[in-house]
Amino acid sequence: MKQIDFENRYRDSWERLEQWLKAGGGADESAALDLPARYRVLCQQLAVAKERQYTNQLIDRLNQLVMAAHHRVYRQQTLRRNTWLWYLLAGFPRAVRAQIRTVWLATALFALPALVLGIGSYQNDALIYAVLSPEQVLQFESMYDPGNRVLGRERGSDSDLLMFGFYITNNIGIAFRTFAGGVLFGLGTVFFLVFNGVYLGAVFGHITRVGFVSTFYPFVIGHGAFELTAIVLAGAAGLHLGRSLVDPGHQRRQVALRRASVEAMKIMYGTFLMLVIAAFLEAFWSSSTEIAIGVKLAVGALLWLLVFAYFALAGRGAAHLEQAAHLEQVPHLEQAAHSGSGVRRGA
Amino acid sequence: MLDTTYNVETPEGIDLRAQAAGPVPRILAYGVDVFYRTLILTGLGIALAFADRAGMGLWLLCSFLLEWFYPVYFEVLRGGQTPGKKAFGLMVVNDNLTPISWGASLLRNLLRFADFLPFAYAAGVICMTLGRNFQRLGDLAAGTLVVYQQPQRSHTSLPEVSPLAPPRGLQLQDQQALVSLTERHAELSEARQCELADLLEPITGKRGRAGLDYLRAVGSWLLGGQGAGK
Repeated sequence: MKQIDFENRYRDSWERLEQWLKAGGGADESAALDLPARYRVLCQQLAVAKERQYTNQLIDRLNQLVMAAHHRVYRQQTLRRNTWLWYLLAGFPRAVRAQIRTVWLATALFALPALVLGIGSYQNDALIYAVLSPEQVLQFESMYDPGNRVLGRERGSDSDLLMFGFYITNNIGIAFRTFAGGVLFGLGTVFFLVFNGVYLGAVFGHITRVGFVSTFYPFVIGHGAFELTAIVLAGAAGLHLGRSLVDPGHQRRQVALRRASVEAMKIMYGTFLMLVIAAFLEAFWSSSTEIAIGVKLAVGALLWLLVFAYFALAGRGAAHLEQAAHLEQVPHLEQAAHSGSGVRRGA
Repeated sequence: MLDTTYNVETPEGIDLRAQAAGPVPRILAYGVDVFYRTLILTGLGIALAFADRAGMGLWLLCSFLLEWFYPVYFEVLRGGQTPGKKAFGLMVVNDNLTPISWGASLLRNLLRFADFLPFAYAAGVICMTLGRNFQRLGDLAAGTLVVYQQPQRSHTSLPEVSPLAPPRGLQLQDQQALVSLTERHAELSEARQCELADLLEPITGKRGRAGLDYLRAVGSWLLGGQGAGK
């Protein structure tokens, strides 16, 4: 068949499909059409056009149309409605438990420097100045001085909002960077974990040394349950990325990274949520001076307990839900496998 | 062929083609996005200045959202195009050329920070130029790709000549050359086309305009034109 006959025969159906795609393919359209069937026919026509060596212009046009239809057919959609609920109740803690060794490693990278610097600056008055500038030290001291009954600074509800914005920007930014650094063979993550550990340890040690215990610990214990855990978890996710690059196993590095990042993102969604909670607590609860110290400490301890119980226990009995979760993962993994085999360069 | 074509074989057994976009248009597109973001933040800053400290808190919140989630919003909900990418005809897709999903978009934008290191996206640009498909670190991890959005081409017209049957023994390659000359009649200048036609003078025996018309007539016949016109 000559090209012009071929074009004349199918032009109408192409144009109809083009219009349908352009209109957004609403289901209410009168010209409702069976997309998968249309798509297969179109693919066959493109293959025929290529086989018969029709001109580039026609092939380009068909290729474009196929691609638009392909986008529509293979759009990734989550079929289950309550995915988020499942993720919160079981998916997140399960993802963390699946990476538990990495989580412990991240904890060590964060807590050991904190411990060393904490004890160090508790013993030695000068050590804090190796980490912070004198102005910063003064600022910290005045923030937690039991002499002034306001934590941080003079605050009304409007400055609570200000601090909320600040904590969101600052703390979540830190967690995101800690995670992102993992793609540099894990080095960035290690750096941020150790750096934050050192910083935090120095402040803890110093404040304890000068004796502002009664204001400092009630302040940090509440949101710390979420914030410190979240930083460690972000670090664990980053380390997981890094490990896939350092030791990809039997896969190519790129494929290993892709698979690792799917797991890492499962941790990151929850981490983000935890940091938002932490910022809320830090801005609106921890800084409050109305609440008795005993109450704050009790609630803080309870929150720590809650967080640990959540990661240790939540979702353990959810084996029957696991299958559903696996079904969700399939498209993603297929994609990773597909990119390994199906993609190739222009001939 | 040495070019940026990116092919994916679909389950239906056909190849999809796309052109991967290099660092330069992507940097320019990023520049446009930075401009828009700065504009939004400045506007917000002026508007929220009246709200004093609470306003400052809101502004910080917005700057956080803009920094990390501005690209995610546009990539997932606006067909893979931030305003900057749209301006340069680029779009982000998964590397099997399907529309980008939430997870992939979030990941590639979280890892933007690693691409930024040590300064001004140095790691990202180096990674892009080393790879085959101009993927930065975030793209590699998320399995995404920035490609050119193909422009909608208007339907091509054929030149106004009456088709002529070609001589015998015309090889497939020769036929294709003639067909594409005919198809591209509007894209090349007249003089250049005549020049090309003159190359065949020893065979066709015609020069200049006459030679070109003859070649077009043959091309038109090969495309399926018959007798008088299409």
